Amino acid sequence: MSAVHPTSVAPTGDAALATDREAAPARVDLGAAFKDAALAALVTLGLAFPILALRTREGPTGGLILDQRWGLVAIACGIVFAVRLALRLAGLRALPSRKATRKAVVATGAAAAAASPALRFEQAALPLFLGVAIFFPAIAYLAAGGLTESRYWVDLGILILTYVMLGWGLNIVVGLAGLLDLGYVAFYAVGAYSYALLAITFGLSFWICLPLAGILAAFWGIILGFPVLRLRGDYLAIVTLAFGEIIRLVLINWVDVTGGGAGISSIPRVSFFGLPFQAGEGGFAAQFGLDFSPMHRIIFLYYLILALALVTNFVTMRLRRLPVGRAWEALREDEIACRSLGINTTNTKLTAFAIGAMFGGFAGSFFAVRQGFISPESFNFLESATILAIVVLGGMGSQIGVAIAAIAIIGGPEMLRNLGFLKAVFGEQFDPNEYRLLLFGLAMAAMMVWRPRGLISVREPSVILRERKAISGSLVKEGHG
Amino acid sequence: MRSDADAVLTVEHLTMRFGGLVAVNDLSFLCRRGDITALIGPNGAGKTTVFNCITGFYRPTEGMMTLRQPEGGEFLLERLPGHAINWRAKVARTFQNIRLFSGMTVLENLLVAQHNRLMRASGFTVGGVLGIGGYGRSERAAIEKASAWLERVGLLDRADDPAGDLPYGAQRRLEIARAMCTDPVLLCLDEPAAGLNPRESHELNTLLLSIRERDGTSLLLIEHDMSVVMELSDHVVVLDYGTKIADGLPEEIRNDAKVIAAYLGVEDEEVEEVEAEVGV
Repeated sequence: MSAVHPTSVAPTGDAALATDREAAPARVDLGAAFKDAALAALVTLGLAFPILALRTREGPTGGLILDQRWGLVAIACGIVFAVRLALRLAGLRALPSRKATRKAVVATGAAAAAASPALRFEQAALPLFLGVAIFFPAIAYLAAGGLTESRYWVDLGILILTYVMLGWGLNIVVGLAGLLDLGYVAFYAVGAYSYALLAITFGLSFWICLPLAGILAAFWGIILGFPVLRLRGDYLAIVTLAFGEIIRLVLINWVDVTGGGAGISSIPRVSFFGLPFQAGEGGFAAQFGLDFSPMHRIIFLYYLILALALVTNFVTMRLRRLPVGRAWEALREDEIACRSLGINTTNTKLTAFAIGAMFGGFAGSFFAVRQGFISPESFNFLESATILAIVVLGGMGSQIGVAIAAIAIIGGPEMLRNLGFLKAVFGEQFDPNEYRLLLFGLAMAAMMVWRPRGLISVREPSVILRERKAISGSLVKEGHG
Repeated sequence: MRSDADAVLTVEHLTMRFGGLVAVNDLSFLCRRGDITALIGPNGAGKTTVFNCITGFYRPTEGMMTLRQPEGGEFLLERLPGHAINWRAKVARTFQNIRLFSGMTVLENLLVAQHNRLMRASGFTVGGVLGIGGYGRSERAAIEKASAWLERVGLLDRADDPAGDLPYGAQRRLEIARAMCTDPVLLCLDEPAAGLNPRESHELNTLLLSIRERDGTSLLLIEHDMSVVMELSDHVVVLDYGTKIADGLPEEIRNDAKVIAAYLGVEDEEVEEVEAEVGV
């Protein structure tokens, strides 16, 4: 093994000292990228014209009627353009580091290590997911054939995004810091009740209550953090579980403040930066010269939760590359080694609890403003378990994995409602709705056999010297409290 | 004999009891600045317990441990919280069973070691998240420093590999580099040569000597390999059953009858005597 000897180290220290992709010299040829994306969109237009643009259906007199669906074609071309452009830009930015890789390989004679397929999948999937998420209401509108008809889909999108955000928040505590938290829903509840009580009592707007709810949830995260600092593994899980239950029981029994089991109703609804979503004078629709539709509010809520989730993701990705994020991961790997390197493990754990809880609080206040009604029933243990399942199934620490898992776990059972074809197999009395959770459970069990470390089990390094290599999940520890 | 003034670490009357068991009994010794001090003794003599007391993992039952900085500041190690022993008193350590962050890359391991300085540079995270305060510059400096250490331990070409993928000898060297990234005045090594082949062991000796010469770090090491101890150390402390039985230069220790009897074995001509004593 020649690498052991110090003299065999290749003098390539100056080859590429890139901390991350942002730091690499990004010479993006925008013009070429646009041209390429436009070409792809043109091809899509050619393909979509015969397939999507024209549809025939039977008219009332029995004759065929030709429907023209140019909107759908435009959407398809738009998505292809956006995704292709994003891919091109991502690919070009990754290029300098790949060049450096080749240089390093030549210089050191080390075994060539191509960028791992999992990392490439992440790079390709991100713009795709983002594109679909941004255009989702438009897709739903066109697929369902009307604004009101698309409500089910947009509502489902809001629900999924809420869980994506909660999963990302819990991912900080469980995935990065390795602290098993079974009571995460407590912070969701704190956020929801904070918004409801602040908005009703003091008449504060959503945009003021949102940060306050986050701060209060973070405060409760620290309160929970103190007693559990010395606990590990199973004991930590049980105490956090109890904490979640305590919050729920307090909400039920402190009737004067929380309204008890009846909950809080008529919570002020969200407004478009001051313009209420209502019919008539002064409403959002009137101001913008649109016909009033209750869907305006739903679509606004969709983009609101999308923005909140993206902020969560952005902050988490940034934190991972900061010392505090590295300290969380180091804590997950080995707490004793952390202490020997001068890291204050107490503060590091508390910041993980606080920041994770803060995002839970943001999601909670969104939940309250969306529902208009909250009760302790919404914050039971099953919610905590669902969020934890999303994090574990997604692959602990992986952002994109958590997003996919949220879609699968929240959207999956909904998709299984449409199992009408099973009636053909089992007869007319068969009700697929009754079996959907069973099927879903089977799918989950199969998943865990197939990928025991979650969907995305590789860890991406937070900093690179020369070449980006994925770290196999088998080396990454799960943390033990 | 030099005076106490140039001692980097003074241990006085250190006693550690676990219930009825006395692991370390009234131990006093000192490590001089710029020296390599070896702590030796048979298995179970209490060497690692002494290390755990010095580095804050155990709170000693009795005794005082004073660490003197080159600038003259003094720290009483038994009074500092665990993490401050590294961060403020500048004592770093490695572990008998290697404790790397195996799921993180080699480079990340060395950046975690520079946590506190980077934490300040990132404005305790607030500035770092908002992208203000020039955190990038500090991080580049930290990477520079990490690269320099990787070059010294011959691991620069493995900087982006997970630490858990490295072979055993490389993991030992990485752990030393990680401890050195905290700029310690005293580096405590718990059996650094264990499990190394003769060539790796020789390279380790070179590395430890260069740490003393170039970085001005004093070393305290636990070692079973007597060839390493005799070659490296300037001063040897021998423990047996938690009590100090000898303290001096390597040559003196080599010829100390008590040490030979307790640790290195007894002389050939005494074998019959000892056998008679234990009744074989």
